[in-house]
Amino acid sequence: MAQLLIISGYLFLLLLLGIGASRLFRGTSQDYMLASHSIGPFLLLMSIFGTTMTAFALVGSTGESFKEGVGVYGMLASSSGIIHSLCFLLLGVKVWELGKKYEYRTQVQFFRDRLESRWIGVILFPVLVGLVIPYLLIGVMASGTVINKVTAGSIRDGQVVDGTFEEGTFPQFLEQGKKPKSEEPASFMYGSQGGVPKPLASLAICGIVLIYVFLGGMRGTTWANTFQTLVFMVLGIVTFVVIAWQLGGQESFWASLQMASNSIPVEKLTRIHIPPEKFLTYMFVPLSVGMFPHLFQHWLTARSAESFKLPIVAHPLFIAIVWVPCVLIGAWATSDLIAIPPPVAANPNAVLPFLVKQLAGPVLGGLLTAGILAAIMSSLDSQFLCLGTMFTEDVVRPLCGQRSLSDRQQLLVARLFIIGIVVLTYGLSLFEPRRVFTLGVWCFSGFSSLFPLIFAALYWPRLTKAGAYACVLAAAGSWLWLFRASEFAANPNFTVNIPVPITLDGDGYWQLMPVAAMIACSTVAMVCVSVVTKPPSDATVERFFPKNSS
Amino acid sequence: MKPAHGVWALILFLIIAHQDIWFWDDTTLVFGFLPVALAYHACISLAAAFTWYLATRFCWPSDQAPSAQGRDTA
Repeated sequence: MAQLLIISGYLFLLLLLGIGASRLFRGTSQDYMLASHSIGPFLLLMSIFGTTMTAFALVGSTGESFKEGVGVYGMLASSSGIIHSLCFLLLGVKVWELGKKYEYRTQVQFFRDRLESRWIGVILFPVLVGLVIPYLLIGVMASGTVINKVTAGSIRDGQVVDGTFEEGTFPQFLEQGKKPKSEEPASFMYGSQGGVPKPLASLAICGIVLIYVFLGGMRGTTWANTFQTLVFMVLGIVTFVVIAWQLGGQESFWASLQMASNSIPVEKLTRIHIPPEKFLTYMFVPLSVGMFPHLFQHWLTARSAESFKLPIVAHPLFIAIVWVPCVLIGAWATSDLIAIPPPVAANPNAVLPFLVKQLAGPVLGGLLTAGILAAIMSSLDSQFLCLGTMFTEDVVRPLCGQRSLSDRQQLLVARLFIIGIVVLTYGLSLFEPRRVFTLGVWCFSGFSSLFPLIFAALYWPRLTKAGAYACVLAAAGSWLWLFRASEFAANPNFTVNIPVPITLDGDGYWQLMPVAAMIACSTVAMVCVSVVTKPPSDATVERFFPKNSS
Repeated sequence: MKPAHGVWALILFLIIAHQDIWFWDDTTLVFGFLPVALAYHACISLAAAFTWYLATRFCWPSDQAPSAQGRDTA
């Protein structure tokens, strides 16, 4: 019960933060969506980092390391340190300059001008929203799992003991769960296990985030992001120390660290099961940040181009601070120092909350859980806000005309759309869960496949309207085709296999991440169609590529 | 060679260094607790931060003078 009280207290604190931000709200949609371009370097760093580090970073990385070993860090964390900052430098600063100059609020507005196409939003908007939904799903699913696991009981002799709630407290459909890939009937042991049922926990988190986003807009979201990023970084380190010490069981922290790592099975210490070409093509996944709509919006909140310098430099360091401990914890969980019960082992998303619950004690466990939830909510809030902005700016205003909606009406429409998307995502989260990491990689891959579009729009004057349409359609088509081939993310090890005569591991195939194929498709389509279609007008070229610019 | 070219060369080197097939099956624990695959890539993250610091000094894409952009306080 202590954990539940601490988590509730933390969520209440967030609501207060939203109310505080709402008192500074200037009442305009410009302030609600972009905080009136007032965000300086520190807040920009914290909000960008908090937004990019979601459940994927804490819950997902620990779970994936538990399944695949320490190679997970190289696959996504160190590569992100290189690629994310590259995107902030090459894309973020340019986007900010153009956004400030021409008053853009969304990606579609930028592309509409750059491509001289009123209707680019008709295909880009649904693609972007369609890709944000699995991203939201990651957070909604993980928040439910985390709260459930830390409030659940333990399993002894096939029975649930010491849960926060007795069996029968909640309706059966909330308490009972099925064992994955099994025909056994649903049971309490594979359901809520005496904790807050996942559907209820996810619902509560969606509600809290919605309230503080609605109250505070972009300013409230940025404040909450900064606060939550600090919370999850500090508590993440505390989690690491506590788990290492408890797991190693030695007198000194250092000796405990060594004991825990010495117990990691050999296959989790190496990358022998990861084909080098798969590892290489994982590097394309972090390109996704170039097309995240919520990150685009955060870039536009910056007060100046100079504000980007701190995020560019500190981002790789922050990634290391968060990911190294999580990956080590996941690898330790595979050792014989702790027994992971089958229901937890079957759901890698539950590994981190399980360890926190088992090793941290109720009060610290509650605080650490608040840290994990902070990471999840600091992404959900930006995504919620961004969806509302996109709907208002890219769909409603073009349809209704510039002057037909007042600021209040625009805010109302944005909020109603956000609620609609949250309801849809919440509904999807009730179906069979996927691994957070796998779902995240698919979602990011989709955004990465659109990276050539934003890069060409900023650096290639010859990009044409038809080339952009071809790029979006090729990206969406290849993503859908490959996602279906992976059994809708049910196969976590899905790769695109190309037969070749020579390979490093001698298996006769290059096993590439699907993202490599998607980027190849979208790039080829964009370039080929652009070079054979009518180039953009001189006025547009001069507008976006002025001759005096470097 | 201009400093900016050197920075871009360093970024390319980082991307190549990231493909550390030489540590693929190495089970060494650095300092007795950090798997070498993890330690090496943590160093890549540190090197990336330094490289991006150089990039903000020598490859800055904005041609707007700081004085024209307002002051940053937050």
